Amino acid sequence: MSAPTETGYGEAICEAFEYLLGNHPETFAIGQGVWSPWYVGNSMTGLDEKFGRHRVIDTPVSELACTGAAIGAALCGYRPIVIHPRMDFMLLAVDQVVNQAAKWSHMFGGQNAPAVTIRAIINRGGEQGAQHSQALHAWFAHVPGLRVVMPATAEDARDLLVAAVLSGDPVMYIDDRWLYGRKSALGPVVPRPLAAEGPRVRRSGRDVTLAGAGYAAWLCEEAARALATDGVDAEVVDIRVLNPFDPAAIVASVRKTGALCVVDGGWAPAGFAAEVIAAVAESGGSGGLRRPPVRVTLPFAPAPASRALESDYYPTAAAVVAAVRGLLGQPAR
Amino acid sequence: MTEFKSALGALADPGVPAAALDVTGLDPAVAVAYLRGMLAIRCAEEAIGTLVEEGLAKTPCHLAIGQEAVAVGVSASLRTSDRVFGGHRSHAHLLALGGDLDGLFAEILGKASGLSRGMGGSMHLYAPEVGFHGCVPLVGATIPIAVGAALACRLDGGDAVAVSYFGDGAAEEGVFHESLNLAASQRLPVLFVCENNLYSSHLDILLRQPSDRIARFADAHAIRALTVDGNDVLAVAAAAAELVAHVRAGGGPAFLEAVTYRHRGHVGPKDDVDVGVRRTMDELTLWKRRDPIERLAAALRAAALVTGDTLEAMHAQVRARIRDARARAEAAPYPEPAALLAAVYRERR
Repeated sequence: MSAPTETGYGEAICEAFEYLLGNHPETFAIGQGVWSPWYVGNSMTGLDEKFGRHRVIDTPVSELACTGAAIGAALCGYRPIVIHPRMDFMLLAVDQVVNQAAKWSHMFGGQNAPAVTIRAIINRGGEQGAQHSQALHAWFAHVPGLRVVMPATAEDARDLLVAAVLSGDPVMYIDDRWLYGRKSALGPVVPRPLAAEGPRVRRSGRDVTLAGAGYAAWLCEEAARALATDGVDAEVVDIRVLNPFDPAAIVASVRKTGALCVVDGGWAPAGFAAEVIAAVAESGGSGGLRRPPVRVTLPFAPAPASRALESDYYPTAAAVVAAVRGLLGQPAR
Repeated sequence: MTEFKSALGALADPGVPAAALDVTGLDPAVAVAYLRGMLAIRCAEEAIGTLVEEGLAKTPCHLAIGQEAVAVGVSASLRTSDRVFGGHRSHAHLLALGGDLDGLFAEILGKASGLSRGMGGSMHLYAPEVGFHGCVPLVGATIPIAVGAALACRLDGGDAVAVSYFGDGAAEEGVFHESLNLAASQRLPVLFVCENNLYSSHLDILLRQPSDRIARFADAHAIRALTVDGNDVLAVAAAAAELVAHVRAGGGPAFLEAVTYRHRGHVGPKDDVDVGVRRTMDELTLWKRRDPIERLAAALRAAALVTGDTLEAMHAQVRARIRDARARAEAAPYPEPAALLAAVYRERR
């Protein structure tokens, strides 16, 4: 028997679309550039030809109206996925995401809710600068009524998209172009309820807890591998679901390790790393923290364009390793 | 600030006496139904105004007194399978579709028996059983949502249509343009209804836009449009019938601009002649001569289709029903404390 074929993160997203469009006639995709690899990489290749351009709809340059239209169709029983090829551009649609989709169930007494999935792609680096770079998951984790997921693996890229679309609530699904090369061996799709998903321990360890979401979870894993070669046994928690956030897995991990390093692709002030630390700190007995927790985040500045500055801007696995060494009182290497 | 010249002419000039309504050839039952529909809205809005004055309702109530002909005229062409969305001033849209009066009053008082189970208040009303799928006060926010409902209508494959109600102020929001373009480029079955009452919350339209004719935006998006006297229920109904038929037949989106005027302030029961820029008592008095209810009643009396007595009786009946609705709403319980968190998410962890 040959080894199972591994599927990349981008292709895994495409598999989720194929599963959804093939099995659920109430699903459709709408957004700018969905007929073009230029916008969505290999994550939607061939879908328009296979399922028809009436179900895979490329649109005018209108983030706000397209998001509102997806919400409107969702209120009529459909399960649209609205695609924002860059999270930065999605900010033009925030009224529909925050004021409409997130609040619809509550403000109408739970009688209807838009089962819409808002796919926001983080696309940064490559000298793209301040408005082609942002990871704003923390904004949306703040809003009640919205679910927010950030897959870090190819398996989650596929399965969390399926779960998001089949959820009865509005979901922001945030994927990351920097993860598109990451591969997993995928079995068949087995839909699971999104409400049952939450943070997951990716690697077991005794000395320190590393937690992150999306690309930051991958940085945690890379850092844990590097630390292991020096005898530091790090536990890694992939946050996966940021809203509603269930900190139980991280709290349990820190009770075991006594040390916490949170890695986040956003900024530190009022950011998601702060939320993780707060949840641990207020869990009783200082959360079992034996040392002050640390955050590895972006410098508090918009993304630069120049490659010389960009290489300092985005956190790396090496930066995580250095932060953990500092946290544990070990000398830097 | 530049002040522009009116493009609407007599439609927007209350100094020009409005023409008498022509009821020749009209089914008397239909005409009386229009009158009753408008009267029901007028009296309900007045009673809601009283709730505000008495301090029983704090929820911001944007009354449609003076604008009743638009909702009644448009609703005459709609079916319960159509999908109607409104804005902050939507009590009339809901009632014209046959929405539950008890539910409306209960919602305004924040009671569990309200249309939105007491969670929405005056600005968040929901009655899908009559085709009313929600209204929200973010100006222009339901315009793209209605366009999406039209997309759903098309995917459903039937001949249902979506309707988006909004005011002249919404035409100043970017999403209005985006939505018209999306509807036109996708040829979606949606009727845009602009109730052009010539004022945003306080500012005259000619201090906000270079023209007071909102249908010019439909022209720009190649959308079929009609501009009518919004205080003439017959004109509104005729235009809506024509445009809804066009949309239902798959002809793409359509746009109805109904020029009207609100008798009360932007929010609450007062006249607000003091806060509006150019909204004077003289202007309000002139517009009251164009009262849509008085105009239809006068035409029906002149044609001997109703008598003063039938009108009196109709009025009394409507008022009695509203008194009941108010009494039931006052007696109804508030939501349980658990309602605070119960519907944030539909699916529970």
